[in-house]
Amino acid sequence: MKPAQFEYHAPTDVGEAVRLLSALGENARLLAGGQSLMPMLNLRLARPEAIVDINRIAALAYHRLEDETLVIGALCRQRDIERDQEVLARCAAIADAVPLIGHIGIRNRGTVVGSLAHADPAAEWPVLAVLLDATLEVESAAGRRSIAAKDFFKGLFATDLRAGELVVEARFPLPPEGAGSAFIEVARRHGDFALGAAAAVVELAADGSVAAARLALGGFDSVPVRATPDPAVVATEVHPVDDVHAPAAYRSKLAETLARRALELAEQRARKADR
Amino acid sequence: MNEVEVRLAVNGRERTARCEPRMTLADFLRGHLGLTGTHLGCEHGVCGACTVLLDGATARSCLMLAVQAQGHEVTTIEGLGTPENPHLLMRAFSEMHGLQCGFCTPGFILSAHEYLRENPRPDRLAMRKDLSGNICRCTGYVKIFEAVERAAELMEDPESVRS
Repeated sequence: MKPAQFEYHAPTDVGEAVRLLSALGENARLLAGGQSLMPMLNLRLARPEAIVDINRIAALAYHRLEDETLVIGALCRQRDIERDQEVLARCAAIADAVPLIGHIGIRNRGTVVGSLAHADPAAEWPVLAVLLDATLEVESAAGRRSIAAKDFFKGLFATDLRAGELVVEARFPLPPEGAGSAFIEVARRHGDFALGAAAAVVELAADGSVAAARLALGGFDSVPVRATPDPAVVATEVHPVDDVHAPAAYRSKLAETLARRALELAEQRARKADR
Repeated sequence: MNEVEVRLAVNGRERTARCEPRMTLADFLRGHLGLTGTHLGCEHGVCGACTVLLDGATARSCLMLAVQAQGHEVTTIEGLGTPENPHLLMRAFSEMHGLQCGFCTPGFILSAHEYLRENPRPDRLAMRKDLSGNICRCTGYVKIFEAVERAAELMEDPESVRS
């Protein structure tokens, strides 16, 4: 058997899940889509004493547009977003990013919120969360709290979540009308983790000049970061390291290139009124 | 060892078996139900060999616990066709030499099944992306893509001659 032994719990509502998490404390891991945790269990990189599987909590399987905010429940699969043309039409950066996540079979199972909670710095949703100033709604036995994306990611696979907490929902404020957005990444093969990613939102003033721009980068630091939306200075704001895939110098150059392309594409889209 | 009972529909049949919660769906299908057409390559979600349909959508059965399939419907390669009565995709893979060693083939056929259901007129570039979750180490993929295109032809007209 691949994974080590664990106690298995499959609560059917959030209250029960939170009670279980509170009772089990640090020894429990939450299982949502399983596309990150299951490989870790199979390789025994993770050996939790207990698994709390939230796949039976039907009330968390939703996503919806609330005015200008995309609201995503903890059991919403990546593929649900990919298939929602209304959502994709409202934010090109999301439409760009989702097909880059793993492969279809992965997106059929993997959840948006699970990707945020896993906090891989090169993953797509964490970069989108930082770009769009998303907030994460968290429940525990102590009640509910909201965490801004910029405070949520603490380090490599590390978040602000405490033992006993469950992210029930993520809220993504979408780019305003007239803005353009884009998400670009470089990976060695389609569906691989990106070597680096950049996402941008550009808003135009009435005279056609750029009124505001936002830039987020993933894969260059231990967390996804917001950077000055100016390709000329981006390389000085990231802290890439050498690894087997690419040297740090290449990654710095990549940050600059991806930032320029994402900002240019977002601006072009703003001019075409394509969000 | 705390075993749990897992009840699910596999290839249209209700099946029940007991297993530990930590058993993956792939091991359950192979070891407990004898459905060895589901192949295990990497066992951590990279190769796609263990792809099955879960409620009609592709999923890697090595990245699911068997207990999670409780109450769901699973389709394995055995549910798609048999040697006596092959699915059109199987016929096409055979006709176009879409396999060599055959290890990746069950996963490829199930992914291709989902792809053709949503894209009855395949587009080579889009197909390359949509089937990128399955790895083949023999064919170089070209024959596989040709087989999927051939299957689309056969689905339109089972009597059609290879174009």
